[in-house]
Amino acid sequence: MPTTYYEARPQRILLPANPLFIGFTLFGGLLANLLPWQSVTGLPDLLALVLVFWSVHQPRRVSVGVAWMFGLLMDAGNGTLLGQHALAYAVMAFAANALSRRLLWFPVWPQALQVFLVLLGTQVLMLGVRMIAGSPFPGVLYFAGSFIAAALWPLANIVLLAPQRRPESVDENRPI
Amino acid sequence: MELHPPPFFHRGPAPLVRLTFFAALAVLMMVLDARFQYLETVRSGFAVVVYPLQRAATAPMDAFNAIAGYFSSQTTLQRENDALRTKVLQSSRDLLTLESLALENDNLRRLLDARTNAPRTATMAEILYAGRDPFSRKVVIDKGTGGDIRAGQAVMDDTGIVGQVTRVFPMLAEVTLITDKEQATPVQVVRNGLRAIAYGDGATLDLRFMAANADIQNGDILVTSGIDGTYPPGLPVAKVARVERDQAYAFAKIQCVPIAGTDKHRQVLVLAQQADLPPPPAAAPPERPDKTAKRARGRAPPER
Repeated sequence: MPTTYYEARPQRILLPANPLFIGFTLFGGLLANLLPWQSVTGLPDLLALVLVFWSVHQPRRVSVGVAWMFGLLMDAGNGTLLGQHALAYAVMAFAANALSRRLLWFPVWPQALQVFLVLLGTQVLMLGVRMIAGSPFPGVLYFAGSFIAAALWPLANIVLLAPQRRPESVDENRPI
Repeated sequence: MELHPPPFFHRGPAPLVRLTFFAALAVLMMVLDARFQYLETVRSGFAVVVYPLQRAATAPMDAFNAIAGYFSSQTTLQRENDALRTKVLQSSRDLLTLESLALENDNLRRLLDARTNAPRTATMAEILYAGRDPFSRKVVIDKGTGGDIRAGQAVMDDTGIVGQVTRVFPMLAEVTLITDKEQATPVQVVRNGLRAIAYGDGATLDLRFMAANADIQNGDILVTSGIDGTYPPGLPVAKVARVERDQAYAFAKIQCVPIAGTDKHRQVLVLAQQADLPPPPAAAPPERPDKTAKRARGRAPPER
């Protein structure tokens, strides 16, 4: 019987997530998005990354409603079409919630690949909405944003799960 | 008796239901925002929530600028001071002639019984950040209704027109740059007074609907025509960079680069609108088809 290589990895039991920490990181993502970037295309949407992360790890706490709310804040802060980010983030959170059962069984880079597809879908949705509203195509570099954000997924795994990890004491007889 | 699952299993509405609800709400908001502009109050409510975050986001940059300014060296200051002094001397000479010319112009205008150009007050504002939206060209400045900024006011820097205030919040205002795709600026060619409208085109401007034989050359300077009363007349807007005349099309393709540093400066000047502008003429009522004729036709007995 062939064994897939991720079957052998131990799964650590994490501490419960602190809702305050979740809120804090979400607002941190929003803050990062509001930094005075001088109209550079291809910026990673860090708020989207954090939202996907919590929708995958804590689907009962962060789901469509929270994502929608943060989308509206994003719209108001950036002066975009009101509801553009809200729609895209709501769909994104739904997709991430749907992925949450499966995604965590993969090693971290295959996870990032799937997250990339989710983020790319979000961007395509936003692009579609804006094209319907009559905006010009911003160039292919626009999609670099989700590529960079997905590349930051392993980092997000380390940073955002840090408060939930316990000090490790390896016991050969009891692996978890 | 109806059986309920224990509270442990309560999850609220199904995810798809939730998604449908929120997506529909978002689409509704987008339509209301894009087509009817009904949601400005909602938007300014959210903007107030986001405002502390925006200030926090720009704080490190501001602090860095302040510190850099503090440590700027003596020689730099000296050099800058000298340069400014010469500039002031030059401009004071220009100003003197300008004053006499303005006086003369006023007199002549009064003789001609034309409206005098009222001086406009201007408010200094600082650009907080450039909008992150890759689909539009907007910047956010640090003065809003509190600083007596109103939507529609013109914004300029020391070299020319930068854009127009399009949305005002209590403490912030949003300026659409002249390079935005949805921004149109009424302009005039300095060389021959030809009027046109410059549309934004991302990084450049575009003069649309100019006849293929229009008298426009490379290097022509475009200034505001001041016809709409929003922009004061004679402020530099753009310079013609490329003129393409193709026999196959009725219109020439004219590309211009903005003169003002639309992406560069931090300080801008918001110009007050002209106070005593005559109201625009009421739109002529649309011609109604003759109702009586229609009714008569309707009443006519059908032919058999």
